[in-house]
Amino acid sequence: MKARAFKYERVSTIAQALAAHAAADGDAAFIAGGQSLIPSLALRLQAPGVLIDIAHIDALRGVSVEGDALRIGALTRHAEMLENPLIARHAPLLALAAPFVAHPAIRNRGTIGGSVALADPAAEFPTVLLALRARFEIVGAGGARMVEADDFFRDLFETALEPGELLAAVHVPCARDTDRCAFDELAVRRGDYGLVGCAARVGLDSAGRVTDAGIAFLSVGPKPTRATSVERTLIGGALDEAAIRSAQAALDSDIDPPEDDRTPATMRRRLARVLLGRTLQRLGGAA
Amino acid sequence: MTDAPLTSLDRPNSYIGRAVARPNAKRLLAGRGRYVGDMRLPRMLHAAFLRSPYAHARIASINVDVARAAPGVRLVATGADLAAICKPWTGVLDHFKGMKSPPQLPLPLERVVWSGQAVVAVVADTRAQAEDAAELIEISFEELDPVATLDQARAPDAPRVEPSFADNVCFHLKLDSAGVDEALASAAHVVEEEFVFGRHTAATLEPRALIADYDPAEGKLTVHHATQTPYQFQDIYSRHFDIPEANVRVVAPDIGGSFGMKLHVYHEDVAVVGLSILLGRPVKFVADRIESFLSDIHARDHRVRARMAVDGEGRIVAIDVKDETAIGPFSTYPRTSAVEGNQVIRLIGAPYACQTYRAELDVLFQNKVQTSQYRAVGHPIACAVTERLVDLAAAQAGFDPVAFRERNLIPDDAYPCTSPTGYRFEKLSHQACLDKLREMIDYDALRAEQRALREKGVYRGIGVAAFVEITNPSPAFYGVGGARISAQDGAVVTITPRGDVRCAISVTEQGQGTETIIGQIVADELGVPFETVRVMTGDTETTPHGGATWACRGAGIGGETALQGARKLKARVLELAAAILQARPGDLDLRAGMIVDAATGAERLPLAEIARIAYFRSDTLPPGTDAQLTVAHHYAPSGYPFAFTNGVHACHVEVDVETGFTKILKHWVVEDCGRIINPLLVDEQVRGGVAQGLGAAFFEECLYSENGQLLNGSLVDYLTPMSCELPDVVIAHMETPTRDTALGAKGCGEAGTAAASGAALNAVNDALAPLGGRIAQIPMTPARILKSLGRI
Amino acid sequence: MSDMIPVVLNVNGANVARLVEPRTTLADFLREDLQLTGTHLGCEMGACGACLVLIEDRPVHACLTLAVQAAGGRVETIEGITERGALADLQDAFHQRNALQCGYCTPGMLVSAYAILQRGGVPSREEIRDALSGNYCRCTGYEAIVDAIETTAKARDGACTRETQPA
Repeated sequence: MKARAFKYERVSTIAQALAAHAAADGDAAFIAGGQSLIPSLALRLQAPGVLIDIAHIDALRGVSVEGDALRIGALTRHAEMLENPLIARHAPLLALAAPFVAHPAIRNRGTIGGSVALADPAAEFPTVLLALRARFEIVGAGGARMVEADDFFRDLFETALEPGELLAAVHVPCARDTDRCAFDELAVRRGDYGLVGCAARVGLDSAGRVTDAGIAFLSVGPKPTRATSVERTLIGGALDEAAIRSAQAALDSDIDPPEDDRTPATMRRRLARVLLGRTLQRLGGAA
Repeated sequence: MTDAPLTSLDRPNSYIGRAVARPNAKRLLAGRGRYVGDMRLPRMLHAAFLRSPYAHARIASINVDVARAAPGVRLVATGADLAAICKPWTGVLDHFKGMKSPPQLPLPLERVVWSGQAVVAVVADTRAQAEDAAELIEISFEELDPVATLDQARAPDAPRVEPSFADNVCFHLKLDSAGVDEALASAAHVVEEEFVFGRHTAATLEPRALIADYDPAEGKLTVHHATQTPYQFQDIYSRHFDIPEANVRVVAPDIGGSFGMKLHVYHEDVAVVGLSILLGRPVKFVADRIESFLSDIHARDHRVRARMAVDGEGRIVAIDVKDETAIGPFSTYPRTSAVEGNQVIRLIGAPYACQTYRAELDVLFQNKVQTSQYRAVGHPIACAVTERLVDLAAAQAGFDPVAFRERNLIPDDAYPCTSPTGYRFEKLSHQACLDKLREMIDYDALRAEQRALREKGVYRGIGVAAFVEITNPSPAFYGVGGARISAQDGAVVTITPRGDVRCAISVTEQGQGTETIIGQIVADELGVPFETVRVMTGDTETTPHGGATWACRGAGIGGETALQGARKLKARVLELAAAILQARPGDLDLRAGMIVDAATGAERLPLAEIARIAYFRSDTLPPGTDAQLTVAHHYAPSGYPFAFTNGVHACHVEVDVETGFTKILKHWVVEDCGRIINPLLVDEQVRGGVAQGLGAAFFEECLYSENGQLLNGSLVDYLTPMSCELPDVVIAHMETPTRDTALGAKGCGEAGTAAASGAALNAVNDALAPLGGRIAQIPMTPARILKSLGRI
Repeated sequence: MSDMIPVVLNVNGANVARLVEPRTTLADFLREDLQLTGTHLGCEMGACGACLVLIEDRPVHACLTLAVQAAGGRVETIEGITERGALADLQDAFHQRNALQCGYCTPGMLVSAYAILQRGGVPSREEIRDALSGNYCRCTGYEAIVDAIETTAKARDGACTRETQPA
């Protein structure tokens, strides 16, 4: 299980990265942490001619507050989600989800940019960022652009990133004091991809009524999936049992879970419903 | 060493029964292990294989021209190239009447018979180059209909896995004690269940690995082989490549887990030996993880329909069983793929007094990788079937499951006795084990807690499973069937010139602590400090021929061999000491490396001094004195054909009935492996065994498509239990030594695996019972649990 | 072999310079080029933890890192950790508790345990199990490993507490 041969180029600026990609005529891949890319190379599922190492580009690093959003550089490692005080304060849902991402050693090396760019429908961070209405900062030959989360994840392993473009950072709206959030997933083993996972953020008014909501699921469709009907159902009401039941009822139309060898689609629907109920109960209980 | 309290066994230099830490583990802890993958020989090359993408296909043509010209490539070999130098092998045993299996070659000539079968071998300077070149080979396949399930294999119009056979039946066996129909007809209760046991595999962390090093100058083959059984492979390589046995050396260095998987003949492994012969250079092959899943033996894959009849007093009066198992496209060599089924139907009901028994076994071919012996061969199936039926019967007859077992287990005072399937039990301790278990788990309190939690919607289950385990096989197991698999072991025990001790022995080490217990036994029997004993294993050139380590025979047979060898050597030492001291041998003893007066313990002479005289000054000994300080000794069981161990497990689970997820809360084992040589090692064998049993119960299953494609052949997709999935395991012991040997040990490596899944099956069913759920398939995945509850 | 790239990195405290193929993983580089065979390969896809090493003092899969990516960095393997005595107490606890059988997972387990112990304090058994969740062991059932780590954490914590207490 050894990768096919490839060339390697380490770059230190975004411009160099983009130029290197252009020079390879499409036959290139960016590598940062490499935690998903390297197994895929080893299995020879992918065999780019050139690997462009972007891990040393300073412009892709760092976590900072920019206006009312938290900018998280694409190279930010998963482990930092658990350690960075700015993330704990302004994007606590990322910190809540981080322990579910694989295992400690993977988290020491994997980056949020890599996770987002791969867009695995079973991955935690894309789902969390969808729930948080994050925006994605993309750089390419034509300059930089921002893409909303709803537009970023397009299909199975397909995103708004065009060939040769780089994800520079994710921008997460800073959490307000009135926000509550929770993350949970059902995985057969600790650290496995979840059979379903639920990322939830709600804003509550002083009466405990939901003012706005971001609810997203993993592993219930070809891409990270926002439960828009659930969100609509929740808004304006309290997080009581009746509201939770209505939300659960609304969920079915939001998701399109796949059939697989172990887990029938009906089961994923059931698990998503149960998990939504438990997650909302937790949010309600915390209110 | 621990400061364990002295027991009756604790003579001044006794090591039996002590928790001695393994000296050889220190090396492994320092990263200084030496596994086959770590070894590098001069001019060594690397092999990779191009594998079949089809479960069943005809090979129309193979074009290797481009691959041969690729960078670094030294050889590209096809089936025909290797068939020219290697005789085929056939996995049947004579005492399995009517068994059939097609002959096998390293690489196929005309047909591929499972997806992942190696078809062409590439040898290159690096593994990466070999893989690069393998991609350049063109094979044209004509796809054939595969047999991908048990039912397909049985169908009258099924494609034939082996076209020259009339059907897909490898082996059929029927056992009948008579009286089953009558007992069923007149029973107060009859319970019945159909069980499905998934395919699983050993998934050792170190994959299969070997370096074959053929030296054409000397005509000598050396194979560094990650195997349990070096002597068996010495014999096989010698016969199949026609090399004199004395010119074949097989060395098993550190082994990264084995569990039965690394004692079978694998096509790639034999091919690699052939590749080295063709090249006259060392060739290394280390299976990658994908190759492991595609080519290591799998195990289980049984469907069992079974009935149990109970009389009005709650006594089991009959058991009726039909076991079907689908193996691979042929039966594994040299142990066959029929042993598991044979053990399933011979072990069902074994802990119980019921003597009315009927069983039928069908072993069928299919187009999947071969199945064969993996830890606890057949036991987990026999145990789960028996114990689930016992729980069903107890419920129907209105008994508590533990109370029902108390009524039906073979009484501890009923031995010796014979099972209806012909197994002769010397002495077991079912009742004592169950008593101890009941106390250990505080059964009544656990039941009370279960009732209280159910009120709150928390569903916990308690499952109990008793087992009998077959160990220490005599020649009646394989030898009688014509297999060249040794039931004996050999040891050479030597006192070195400085008075240290070396024991070269045929049982092998895979981390269970073989070398440690052999050292303990030798030190104990000889009367020397444990630290002065060096145990050597795993090299056919430096250790005597023997069966090696499998079927829990390391302690029982290997240990007895060492004991008898050390005893002989001690007698010789005392004779020599007597000649030197002008005393009578019977008046002397050897204790802690010192010749002493047996009666008073007064020190007479250090062993080192005896050794000095024997090696360097034999001229000073009286004429005719035998000054040899080496003893070679072989031992094979000759009393009971097998030893049997027994025990009982309990499993405590909590099922989330909304999601089907199960949390294993705790697991308990009471087991009786006879004489315990090293309680630290025995407990860890049991714990590790339980882990594999629980893996089978909840997680592990090789999943195939309807075309016979393995769907989850990686450690990401094949779910072995990891640290968060397993509970702590509480272990207690009964100790009923076998009287067949001086040592009295029976073996403990499979006790954990044998009954863990059965106990878990009962526990989950116990949890689901109030909701009407009933499950008889392992692994008990969340999906299957939800299905059993009618919730999906 | 075409397109070899010069790589300089610090391994176990010493600078090493080699030419490597870009496709060479750090695990293969350590094992083949430097003969540091205490780093084991179990799956080559980050699922078993047998190949864990420390990069910049944090556990990382050597099979999920290319040697060229590690260039310029600081890598420590089980051999280096052992030689500087950083885990001597834990290795002794593993030995006494028999927290290993075949030993193939052990270097990776020790590397994961290194990070747990480095955090200080006495983690709960659940925390220890969670920190080991990516380390596959087929032999032990994990309990003895958890025991050994717990014992070591307690001993270190005790020693630490004693040191900070006034005499």
